[in-house]
Amino acid sequence: MNQAVLEKETGTEAKLGIVDCDIHPAFSTPDELAKFLPQRWRNHLADYGQRSANPLVGTLPYPRMTPGNGMRRDAWPPNGGPPASDLSFLREQLLDPLGIEYGILQPLAAGSSTLNQDLGAAMCTAVNDWQLDKWTGPEPRLKASISVAQEDATAAIAEIEARIGNRSFVQIAIPPRTIEPAGRRRYWPIYEVAEHYDMPIGMHSAAFGWHTNSGAGWLNFYIEEHYAFSHSLQSVVASMVFEGVFERFPKLKLIVVEGGFAWAAPLMWRLDRQWNRMRSEVPHVKRPPSEYIRQNVWFTTQPIEEPENNRHLLDTLRWVGTDRLMFSTDYPHWDFDDPRYAFKVPLSPAEREKIFRENAKQVYRLP
Amino acid sequence: MVDTAVARQRSVLSQLGAIDCDVHPDAPQRSDLLPYFDDYWKEIVTTRDVDRLELTNFPTRTKPFFREDWKAAEGRGVEKLRRNLLDPFGLKYAILNCVTGVHAIYDPYLAAAVCRATNDWLKAEWLDRDPRLRASLVLPMQNPEAAVEEIERFANDRRFVQVLALCMGEMPLGRRYYWPIYEAAQRHGFSLGVHAGSAYRHAPSQSGFLSYLAEDYVHQVQGFAAQVGSFVAEGVLGKFPDMKIVLIESGVSWLPGQMWRMSKDWRGARIEVPWVKEPPSALVRRQIRMTTQPFDAPSDPAELERIIEHLDADDMLLFSTDYPHAQFEGDAAIPDGFPERLIDRLARENALATYPRLEERP
Repeated sequence: MNQAVLEKETGTEAKLGIVDCDIHPAFSTPDELAKFLPQRWRNHLADYGQRSANPLVGTLPYPRMTPGNGMRRDAWPPNGGPPASDLSFLREQLLDPLGIEYGILQPLAAGSSTLNQDLGAAMCTAVNDWQLDKWTGPEPRLKASISVAQEDATAAIAEIEARIGNRSFVQIAIPPRTIEPAGRRRYWPIYEVAEHYDMPIGMHSAAFGWHTNSGAGWLNFYIEEHYAFSHSLQSVVASMVFEGVFERFPKLKLIVVEGGFAWAAPLMWRLDRQWNRMRSEVPHVKRPPSEYIRQNVWFTTQPIEEPENNRHLLDTLRWVGTDRLMFSTDYPHWDFDDPRYAFKVPLSPAEREKIFRENAKQVYRLP
Repeated sequence: MVDTAVARQRSVLSQLGAIDCDVHPDAPQRSDLLPYFDDYWKEIVTTRDVDRLELTNFPTRTKPFFREDWKAAEGRGVEKLRRNLLDPFGLKYAILNCVTGVHAIYDPYLAAAVCRATNDWLKAEWLDRDPRLRASLVLPMQNPEAAVEEIERFANDRRFVQVLALCMGEMPLGRRYYWPIYEAAQRHGFSLGVHAGSAYRHAPSQSGFLSYLAEDYVHQVQGFAAQVGSFVAEGVLGKFPDMKIVLIESGVSWLPGQMWRMSKDWRGARIEVPWVKEPPSALVRRQIRMTTQPFDAPSDPAELERIIEHLDADDMLLFSTDYPHAQFEGDAAIPDGFPERLIDRLARENALATYPRLEERP
């Protein structure tokens, strides 16, 4: 279907030492997290479970295409357990062969979208301990995310303060599908702390939330839902710009994760146009939205858009800016982007260096 | 250089007799519609104070939405439209899209009654008064049976060329619930117009309602994108292949990225929707059309042709002004940088191919 499948030499990225901004670590067994929880919450989980806005217990509302909720079929560890639950196999399949210098963990089982907020906060704390214990301790190439229960800003800040001294944590993880738009004041205390400590906020696409996944109602199919993830990220960017978050916290770093990036340019054009037309409604937004985005926002690349004509991607890269993009694989999910093949167009050595390594090293302050 | 090209385009546009695919009549007030209700509904809308019927995301008071020069012009109704738009732009046809609060009414019978009155009002007060006018049929999507009846009622009035829905209503428009409407529309040669706007059944974002109108307007794109996904995934494009779907006031530049993503996802996820036999991008290019105001182009006009190339379909774009809304200045209705080779298609040919009822005798 593509005019040319690949228009460049492969293999160069591996030598570079790349930063993978989206790796999903998994529990080896469903009860693996329990030992990191206080007894009170272990009992609660045993008796009541972990409720979220997902209508189905323990399974995804939009079933994926491959076993394990949409895993790469070759990612099941030979020693058992689900994909990305076994460190030695993660090294063998991902970190070593692809030359990953740093991998950013994006745990998805956190308490951020748990309806019982106290349980959610406890789950976040447990997930943070688990990342240190199982992953970053034994494998320093892996870096952790501070999971927080963002709807309770006080609890979120306490968790951030407790973790901030540990440089194994390189970002604060908040799902984009918050109760209120991400720019609203209830979240500002979190942004204030994040800016103070120069910790990026990473917003990773989420499978559940408190609101419909389109303004036209619930979508019926996974193929629709999957693209609509990018909409939740677009809303984060628009809301943080229009509510004046970047005006108030000019050094805040926002990373939007797992939404692709071709939408970012048209979004900037539309935001700028509306800002021009309706500035009197948002006088607190002093500059064109695209200026804030080019200063405060980064986009991870997976799932990279694949035009029928590969070279159309070059326009997108030019419009979004290669200084805003950070490579990610989304290992071990089915739509994994392989660093050797994801970009089907030629990149200059400088562009490759920025996308695959330098931008992330700077944003995450990696050594 | 660009200015010269634009000036030439405008002159070409006028000579061609362009078809404007998005023109808004003044929103009818209750007093306008009252003559078109029967006695029962006359009493209902009067005693129950059913008036104004204006969408919260398109309040008519919003100053930046409207062009000052058009607003200030003398006259009202058709007379004003002739003076501001039909004559100076040398239009052959203008398609009226009446976007009002009728789309957000909960009572399915009241919605049907207001739609009937609105369509009769459009016919008597607009279509009968200028031969260049065409219109979209306002349908009670809340009540598919009544919507089908309304299509049948106007099937023989060829001046109604399209049926109209909002980009954010009760449910995604691909759902089977709406298929009887599409069956009737296709049978009579109507296109399906999907216009910007929300019935506020759901928050326009996945994180709730938005603080500002500017932000809300930005989010219309998400509503349209969700509908494109729904039309593809539910199989509407294959099931009703003769019914073009027109995205109206949707912006244009966002669509290529979505086509790239959906076609990529389809390769991995097509077992979920086995009735989708072709890449979504091919289906979209064949059957989905977009009006060109707003375009949401980059600030550099030289970049616009890149977006046209990404769309990779010369028949997808339909000329529009979005009158009386403020989308452009003066008579620069064609976005700067639009390739000259496509002006004729944009201005006339694509609309004629999209609306089979357009060239038939009323």
